[in-house]
Amino acid sequence: MNAPLRRVGVVVMVLFGLLFANLNWIQAYKADEYRTSDYNGRVQVADYKRKRGNIEAGGTALATSKETTGKLKFQRSYPGGPKYAHVLGYKPVNLADQGIEQVENDFLAGTSDQLIGDRLKDMFTGDDTGGGNVLLTLSKRAQDVAYDQLRNNEVGAKRGAAIAIDPRTGAIQALVSMPSFDPNPLASHDTNEATAAYNKLEKDPAEPLKNRALAETLPPGSTFKIVVAAAALENGVTKNTQIPAGSSWTPPTSGTPIRNAAASICPEPKVTLLEAVTESCNTGFAQLGVRLGAEAVKEKARQFGFEQEDLTVGHLGEGGLPTAASRTGTIQNPDGSTDPAALAQSSIGQNNVRMTPLEGAMIAGSIANNGSQMRPYLVRQLLAPDRTTSYYTASARELRQPVEPQVAADLREMMVSVVRNGTGEKAAISGYTVGGKTGTAQSAPDRPDHGWFIGFALDKNGNPVSAVCVMLEQAGPGGSSEAARIAGQIMKAAIADPGGR
Amino acid sequence: MTAAATPAPSPATAGEQSGVRLARSRRNAELYLLLLAMVLVAAYGATVEANLLDTVTSDFWMPAAALGAVFLGLHLVIRFLAPFADPALLPAVALLNGLGVGFLRRIDLGDAPVAERESLAVFAGQGGRQLAWTLGAVILAAALLAIMRDHRSISRYAYTLGLAGIVLVMLPAVLPSSISEKNGAKLWIDVGLFSIQPGEFAKLALLVFFAYYLVRKREVLSLASRRFLGIDFPRGRDLGPVVGVWLISVLVLVFEKDLGTSLLYFGMFVVTLYIATERVSWLLIGLVLFFGGAYLAYVLGSTVGGPFANFYLRAEIWLDPFADPTDKGYQLVQGLLALGTGGLFGAGPGGGQPDILPEVQNDFIFAGIGEEIGLFGLSALLVVYLLIVERGLRAALAVRDSFGKLLAGGLAFTLGLQVFVIVGGISKLIPLTGQTTPFLSAGGSSLMANWLLIAVLLRVSDGARRPVTGGSGGKAARPSGGPPEQLHGAPTEVIKP
Repeated sequence: MNAPLRRVGVVVMVLFGLLFANLNWIQAYKADEYRTSDYNGRVQVADYKRKRGNIEAGGTALATSKETTGKLKFQRSYPGGPKYAHVLGYKPVNLADQGIEQVENDFLAGTSDQLIGDRLKDMFTGDDTGGGNVLLTLSKRAQDVAYDQLRNNEVGAKRGAAIAIDPRTGAIQALVSMPSFDPNPLASHDTNEATAAYNKLEKDPAEPLKNRALAETLPPGSTFKIVVAAAALENGVTKNTQIPAGSSWTPPTSGTPIRNAAASICPEPKVTLLEAVTESCNTGFAQLGVRLGAEAVKEKARQFGFEQEDLTVGHLGEGGLPTAASRTGTIQNPDGSTDPAALAQSSIGQNNVRMTPLEGAMIAGSIANNGSQMRPYLVRQLLAPDRTTSYYTASARELRQPVEPQVAADLREMMVSVVRNGTGEKAAISGYTVGGKTGTAQSAPDRPDHGWFIGFALDKNGNPVSAVCVMLEQAGPGGSSEAARIAGQIMKAAIADPGGR
Repeated sequence: MTAAATPAPSPATAGEQSGVRLARSRRNAELYLLLLAMVLVAAYGATVEANLLDTVTSDFWMPAAALGAVFLGLHLVIRFLAPFADPALLPAVALLNGLGVGFLRRIDLGDAPVAERESLAVFAGQGGRQLAWTLGAVILAAALLAIMRDHRSISRYAYTLGLAGIVLVMLPAVLPSSISEKNGAKLWIDVGLFSIQPGEFAKLALLVFFAYYLVRKREVLSLASRRFLGIDFPRGRDLGPVVGVWLISVLVLVFEKDLGTSLLYFGMFVVTLYIATERVSWLLIGLVLFFGGAYLAYVLGSTVGGPFANFYLRAEIWLDPFADPTDKGYQLVQGLLALGTGGLFGAGPGGGQPDILPEVQNDFIFAGIGEEIGLFGLSALLVVYLLIVERGLRAALAVRDSFGKLLAGGLAFTLGLQVFVIVGGISKLIPLTGQTTPFLSAGGSSLMANWLLIAVLLRVSDGARRPVTGGSGGKAARPSGGPPEQLHGAPTEVIKP
C-alpha cells in the first residue's frame, strides 16, 4: 500500500501547488487591480486612519479633521457650514469627493509625492503627523458679505452667484453659489445618513450642489456690451464717437424691433459710446455690433476668455475646480451667413450668448488691470503637516491680454461713468473709484429676467483691488441694480480684508 | 539537553548495539519547535496590538502563554504515552491554532470602539472563546492518546463507529431547522448552551470504518473483480457496505445543503479505496464521477433548478463573482479584494481591514489573515499545512499494519483536501463551499475534531517510529521489521515486494 500512499502524497503536493500558484495570481499579479477596485471599502477606510490636513483661509480652518472614538478614526468637519461649501467641496466616506477636497486630496491626505519626506520621518518616529494643509486665497470678510448679501438679496432671488477676484493676481477673494448646502452631513461616517443627505440635495430642484459661480452659463445681458465696446474701440471708434441710437431699431431681415429698457434711455438718434455704455443703450449697441460684424464680436469675446473649455480654478500648477466655457454661440443663418438680427441680439448679450459669473469677473478684472487677465486661482499655499515647510506658493500668472492698456483705460473710464452717472450707482464705495456694468437678461418669455453686475474697484492710486461679478437668477425688475449693490458690498469687504494672494 | 526533558524509555541503546538504525524519540525537538511556535504567536499578538492600539500592552503575551501551557501539557502527555510520535506534528498544529486565536482576538479588537480597545480583556470575545475551545480540544486529544494506546485497538469499534458516523451525519437533517440550521446549511445541533457540528466528528468515525472494512476486504476487492470496459470492478457484495455508508452520508449532506463536506467525504472515500486496492482506475472513476456529477448538477441547476439551484448559483458566482459584486458575489469579491490588498507582504497583523469580510472568523479567515500577512505569510501557512499532511502520510508509509496505513493516509489526505477546498474556494480556484479552515476558524467542533485527527496521526506515527523490539539483522528497523501484527478480525496481510 505504500505506492498509492506516495502517489496520494504527490496529489496533495499538486493540490497545494495549485493553491500556491493561484495565490500568486491574486496577490501578486492581480493585486493592484483588486486593491484599487471600486468595491474595495478599504481604500476609504485607510484614508481615515491618518489625520487629514486643514483647508484654511485667513488663518481660520474651514475644513478640519477631529479624532473620534468610532471605527473611522478621523471625522471631517466644515465649521463654516454652507458658506464655503462650493469652494471646499466635501470628503464623503462612500461618495465621490468634490471641490478643493478633491483637487488637493493627495496633499491633504498626506499621500502626495511632495510629502514623502514626512511619511518617511513618521516611519522612524512612529508618529502620524497627518496630511498637509491647504491655504486658500479667500477673504473671509468678502466671503461672509457675499454669502449673506446673496441670501438676503432685496429682490428675493432664490438662485445666484458671486465671485470676487484680485485683478492684479487672479487670487479669488470670494466665491459663493446660492443656494448652498451644508457639507457636514455628507461627510458623516454613517454612510446611510450621508447617502440620504446627498440624495436630498441631488433631488432638490434648486440644484444646491451646482457651483453656479464657475459652472453655470446664462445670457449676460448688457454686461456683454463691454466686450462689444472693446471691439469698437479697437476698430476706430473712440469713447466720444457718435454712434447711432434711438428708442427703437429694427435690424435688417428681422421684423422684431430692439428697444431700450426704458423710454428715457438714449431716445436721441445718436449718442457717444460713453453715453451708450453709461445708460446701457440697447439700440446703440445692436447697431454697433452689426456694423462691427459677427467675427469681430466673437473674436473679442474669445480674447476675453469666451470659449475656453479647460480653465480650472484651484492650484495654478495643476488641477482645480472645473469651469464651464462661456459661449457667444451661433450668430448665423442656416446657410452659414451672418444673421444681422441674431448679431444685433448677441451684441446686447442675448440670443445664444452665455457667460459664467467667473468670466464676468475676469472681464472686469482684466479691464481694471490694464488689459492683462490673470489666471484665477484659489490655492495660495501648501503647508507641511507641521506647518514649517511650504511646498508650494502660488505665483500669479497672466492668462491672456484681451485689450491694449489704452483700450482698457477707455473701458475703465466708461465703466466708472456707469457707476457715477448710470445704472450701476449702487456699487459705489466712498474713497474708491468703482467701475462696472449692469446687465438684465431675458431668460424665457414667461420668466423673470436675470440681474447681472460686473465691476471693479480702484484705490486712490488707481491700483485695482477687487473685481467682481454678481448674478441673480430670475431676479426680475431691479435685479441688476441689486446685483450692483451686492457687488459694491463685496468689494468694500475685500478692500478691508483682501484675502491671501 | 536537560535531565528533566530526557524521555523516559531509551530502547535506542539496544538498537544501536544490534546495528539497527538509532531510533530517537525527538521529543526535545518537539519541545523547542513548540516554544518557537509560541514565540511566533506572541510576536503576532504584539504586532496586532502595535497596529491596532498604537502601543503594545503589557498583556500581549498572555494568549500565547496560555496556549503554550495547554500545548506543553499535551507535549508531556506525548512524552509519556506516545514517545516516538512525529515531533513536527504538534508544533505545526500549535502554530496554526495559535495564529487562529491571535487573529480572532485581532477581530475582537478591530470590532471594539477605538477607546475601548486597550481595555479589552485578553480572554474575552471570540479569541478567548477559541482559547477555551483549544483547551477542550487538546484535553480530548490527550484523552484519546491515553485511551488508545495502539491505533489498531479502534478497529474493534469500526462498525460501531461507522454506524455512529451515519447517525451523526443524519442528526441535523432530521432535527428541526430551528436548532440545526445556520446560514442556510443544516449542519448543527444548537441547543442554546452549546452548539456542535456533528459532521466534523462523523468524518473521523466514518474513516475508521472505511479503513477497517477496506483492509479486511482488500484482497477480494482487488482480486475478485469483473472486467468491464477495460476497468476492473469489484463485486458489488464486497463493496456494498462501503458504498452504502458513503452514499447515505453524501445524500444526507446534499440535503443538508453542505456541498463542501460532501465533496470532502467523496474524496475521502475514493482515496481510501485507491490506497486499499492500489488501482488507479478508482481514482479515475472517482474523478469522472465527480466532474460529471458537478457538470450535471450545474446543467440541472440552470434548467430544472430545485435542489440543484444552490449549486448552480455557486458555480455562477465562481465563474464571475464580479457580475453581482454587491449581492450574490459579495463575499467572494470581498475575499479576493482582501487578498489582493494584502499583496506580497500584507498590511501587517492588525494593519488591514478584515472586518469588512463577511464570515471572516469562519469560512473566510484565510482571506482575512491573507490581507495582513500577504502572499509570503500565506505561503508559509500553506507550507505548515502541507507539512502536517505529508507528516501524516509519512506515518502511514512507515507504519507496519494496513489498517494504520489506511487510517493515517486517509486522515492526512482528508485534512489536506479540506484545506484545498476552503482555500481554493475563497481564492476562486474552485467554487466556494462552506468549510472551516482547520485549526484557524472559530468554532469548537472543528477544532476538537481536527485535534482528535491529530491525536490519531500522533498515535499512528508513534507506532510507525517505535523501534521494533524483535527486529534483528534487517537493514532498518522500519518499515519492514518484524512480522505484521494481527489486526482484529483481519486476514493475514500479504506483503508485496
